[in-house]
Formats: sequence, C-alpha cells, structure tokens
Amino acid sequence: MNRPNDLILRTTTQLIAFILLGFSVYLFFAGHNAPGGGFIGGLMTAAAFILMYMTYGFEKIEKILPLNFRILAVTGLLIAVLSGVGSFVFGEEFLSHSFGYFHLPILGKTELATAMIFDLGVYLVVVGITLTIILSIATDSHEDPYEDAGV
Amino acid sequence: MNNLAILPIILPLLASVIVAFIPGKLNMVRKISQTLSILFLIIVGYITWEVFSNGVIVLQGGGWKAPYGISFVADYLSIILVLTTYVIAAAAVFYAPHSLSNQQEKFYFYTFFFLLISGVSGAFLTGDLFNLFVFFEVLLMASYGLIILGNGKVQLRESLKYVLINLFSSMLFVTTVAFVYSIVGTVNMAHIAERVEAVPAEQQGIITAIGVLLFFVFAVKAAIFPLYYWLPNSYVVPNPVVSALFGALLTKVGIYSIFRIYTLIFVHDTSFTHDQLFIWLAMFTMLFGVIGALSTNNVKLIITYNIIPAIGFILMGIGLYSEDGLTGSIYYLMHDMVVKAALFFLVGALVVAAGTKDLSKMSGVIQRFPLLGWLFFLGTLVLTGIPPFSGFIGKLLLLRGALSEGYFLLTLVALVSSLLILLSMIRIFIRGFWGEKMEGMTSDNRKVHALTIPAIFLLSVSIFLGVGAELVLPYIETISGYLLDRTEYISSVLKG
Repeated sequence: MNRPNDLILRTTTQLIAFILLGFSVYLFFAGHNAPGGGFIGGLMTAAAFILMYMTYGFEKIEKILPLNFRILAVTGLLIAVLSGVGSFVFGEEFLSHSFGYFHLPILGKTELATAMIFDLGVYLVVVGITLTIILSIATDSHEDPYEDAGV
Repeated sequence: MNNLAILPIILPLLASVIVAFIPGKLNMVRKISQTLSILFLIIVGYITWEVFSNGVIVLQGGGWKAPYGISFVADYLSIILVLTTYVIAAAAVFYAPHSLSNQQEKFYFYTFFFLLISGVSGAFLTGDLFNLFVFFEVLLMASYGLIILGNGKVQLRESLKYVLINLFSSMLFVTTVAFVYSIVGTVNMAHIAERVEAVPAEQQGIITAIGVLLFFVFAVKAAIFPLYYWLPNSYVVPNPVVSALFGALLTKVGIYSIFRIYTLIFVHDTSFTHDQLFIWLAMFTMLFGVIGALSTNNVKLIITYNIIPAIGFILMGIGLYSEDGLTGSIYYLMHDMVVKAALFFLVGALVVAAGTKDLSKMSGVIQRFPLLGWLFFLGTLVLTGIPPFSGFIGKLLLLRGALSEGYFLLTLVALVSSLLILLSMIRIFIRGFWGEKMEGMTSDNRKVHALTIPAIFLLSVSIFLGVGAELVLPYIETISGYLLDRTEYISSVLKG
C-alpha cells in the first residue's frame, strides 16, 4: 500500500493530541461556573480522538481504545438523567444543585458540584455521538476502513 | 409532592436510555417497553387523580422560584392531555412489533418512541415559553428519527420536506420568543400574562402582532389552513404506528400551544384574534381538510387528511372563547387524539389485510376479516360524532357555543364538513369492505388480528369518553372554567 509521507502530521499529533486532551479536561472542570463545560470539553476530546484516527488509522486506534461509542453516548445520557433524578432521593426539587469544597491530592482545595455529574453525562454523550457520526461517515461503503480513515 | 410534575417527562427519558443499551435484543426490548409503558400509564393516572383532587402541581426546577427559574405546571388541561398521550403510547407499543420489521425496530425505534413521548409530555407540562421551544425540539428530533425508519426513496424525500418546514418554524419560534422577551422581559408564561395585562391599551398593537406571529408558528405545527400543505404527504409515508403517533400527538401539541397561549396570554384583543382570525381560519381548515380527504383513493391518506378538519373544530372552540366553546374544544381534542390513533392502527391493519393502499383495488375485505370491518365502521361513527359516541359530545358543545354567539355560517360549515368527513370515511367502508371478495388478500390472519387488538383498546377508551360523558364532562367543565379565569394559573405559578 502506498501511504503518503505524513511525518509532520505524526510528529505534531503526538504533541497536539496531548494538549487537546489536557485542555479538554481543564474545560470540563471549569464548566459549571466559568466558560467551558461538558459540551465543549467533549467536543475537544472528540477532536483529539479524530486527529489520532486520522494520523494512525482506524485499526490501530481501535486496538488502543476498544470502546463502543454508541454505548458511551447512552451511558452519558443515563448519567445526565440520573443526576437530575438524584434530587428525588433527597426530597429536593428536580435538578436541585449543591456543592462543597474538598481537599484533593495534588489539586488542593477544589470545588465539587453536583452540576458536574450532569456535565460528565453531557461530556460522554458528546464524545460518543461525535465519534459515532464521524466514524460511520468515514468507514461508510468501503471494505477497508483503514483506507478511508487514514489521510 | 412537587416532583410529580416532572415524572411524565423523566420516566420515558429513562426508558429510552434503558432500551438504547440493548437495541439488538429485540424480545427483551419489547417486553421492557411494554411493561414500562403500562407502568407509566398507571403512574400518570395517579398524577392526574392527584391534580384533580388536590389542585395544580407546580415544580420550580432546581428550587429556583418563578419567574427566575423554569416552571413545570401540571394543571388540569395539561395533565389530562398527558394522560391521553400515555394511553395512546401504551397502545402503540403493543402495535409496533407487529407493524414494523425487525430491522426497523432494531434501529432504535423504542428509544425514539420514548423520546417522543417525553418531548410531547414536556411540551404539555412546561410553564415557560422558551422551554416550550426546547420540548418542541426534543419531540421533533425524535420524530425525525421515526419518520426516516424504513429508508424508502419517497420516505427520504418527504422527511426532508418535513425537516425543512419544521426547522423554518422553529427558527421563527425562537425569534418570536426573543420578541416577547424584548417587550415584556420574561419568558415565564404566567409572568408574561401578568405583564401583558399591564401594557397600556394604546401600545397593545405590538403585543397582538407578536401573538399572531406565535400563532403562525403553532399553526405550522398544528396544520391550520393555509399552512397544512406539508402534513398529508409527510404523515402518510412512514409506518402506520409512526403515522398514528404523529397524527395523534404532534399536531395536537401545536393546537395545545395555541390553546395555552390564547387563553392565558393574548386575551387582550379577542375581537380581532379570536372572533375573526380563528373563526375564519377554523372554517377554511375544516373545509379544505375534508376536501383533501375526498380527493384521494389512498386509504392512509384519507385518514391523514382527516387530521386537518379536526384541528379546525378545535380551533373553532378556541375562537369562541366561551365556556361551551372551550369545553367542547377540550373534549374534541381528547376524543380526536384517541380516535385518530385507533383509526391509523385500523387502516394499517387494513393495508396489511388487503395488501394494497389503493381503495379502487380493494373490495370485500369484511368477508375475510369481519372484526376488522366492524371495528372500522365503529371508528368511523366515533370519528364523525354519531351519538352517543365521543365526537358527538364535543361537536354538540361547539355548535351550541357557535349558535349562542350568532355564528351561523360557522355552524353551517361545521355541519357540512362533519357530513363530508362521514362521507370520506364511509367510502372506505363501502368500497373497501363491501362487495366482491378481492384477490390477493393476505393469508396471515394472525398478524391482522394482532394489529387490531391495540385498536380495540383505544376504541373502547373512545367509547367510554362518549357513553361515559356524564362522568367525564364535569372534569372538562372544570378545565374550561379554570382556563377562562386565568388567576389560578398565574397565582399558582408565581406565588407557589
């Protein structure tokens, strides 16, 4: 198979994918009271994954990330719904929000909020759906998904 | 407990997630969906009882007080429509396995189905104009998923039109919400109602203009003349169970929104909006819808066209804006939701039985399937409102309301279109069921019978609404009294 020379892509991906993933985690944690959140964090994670798919090809990444992205999206949806329902247990109104400050190793004093559980759900849904859509377009009507997923 | 108001939205959402985990295990998905829909129906029944015995349930989302937070209001009107929705859902989930192919069911039919129910319930229960938009999007999303199930060429063409028209009206909807917000500074419906009242009389023109714009948005969804052109073709292409859900629920969400907005908020200029605009549009909607129903030989299209005059009847009651008018309208709305779903189920069974949709090729189906034939005849009587069935109660009240306010032309048009509806339906019965026994009928008797059972359930609900009117009518009268006196809604949301 005649593959194009993608040395630049491979080298930069090693760096960029790492930065993207790190920044997406930052965005996710910033989300509930500063710009950011599950949606944009999820999109960024998905972008990092897609970059990796483009660089290393479909099969390799599938080996590293053996995830069913549809199930991932559904799990996220379940978490998001349950985060609202959780307030039923405490006799509060639906979607009630509470937060507290905790001391975590490395991070120090951190604010953890129940809104983050909802955000985690959104994050998973966004990652799952984005990758499902893009991968099903990318692997459509070709017998060898590698051909199409590789640039 | 206040959280009861959100349960009809959350429960199907949870169910849709649960069945999405195992789309491949069809038997299990069916069993789960069927059990859950019956369970949900019981829960919603309990909530309805709770609302009627202890008054309106208001939930302020996240504990934020209205008008800052998002309110969910389970009042008499919305909860009774939610209950009707769940009755139809329970029947549809038993119809679906026999009507859809396994392949179609595996493509997340039950997930979209529960999402649709969640969106429809949300649209009924929300007390916030912007959230009404959100729930419209939820149910439209689900309906896009349902309408393309099957993947035929015609279906793709019609679903594209359906998506485009709905995108356009959603865009207009959100623009109008922005207009409302810029004028009154709130999107909570009770709060809007309170503030619209305070607008000085010489500036009410702009409020009326916004009101008509909102009416336009909902008229697209509800298929009111002249905005119904998209409906027949896009409702006729999907599977009968999907058509039944669309015909029974989606257009009714549109007309419910008109109901809510024009009994709660825009009641400052009834001489223009209600007395002229609604009455005239109701007349045209009835006439043109029924002419459409007479123009075709496709049995499914006949039923689809019959959605339109029903919307006309309901709009007529809103236009009258009197106790009789509103009571009749609500009664007709409930009746029509149930009986339309039942008729779509029956016509789906008829198409399976006869093996064709074309009425001119059908004849003598009743000789092989007598039960189906007589059920269809019964459905026809219920739909057109032959006493003592449920359509009659609604129409009687509507006509009484129209006559007492001196709308003679309207009364005449309503009566003529009722007769024409009867004609369009009885054509199916005479030409499809009577006559020589046709060739090419299906040999799969069990499938046809399985398809009629959910329809029997819905028809018996329908007959109960008619024969048991003595029991049901007092409740409906409570609702119309409650709608005419807006203070209870406003105070229960804002001071609750």
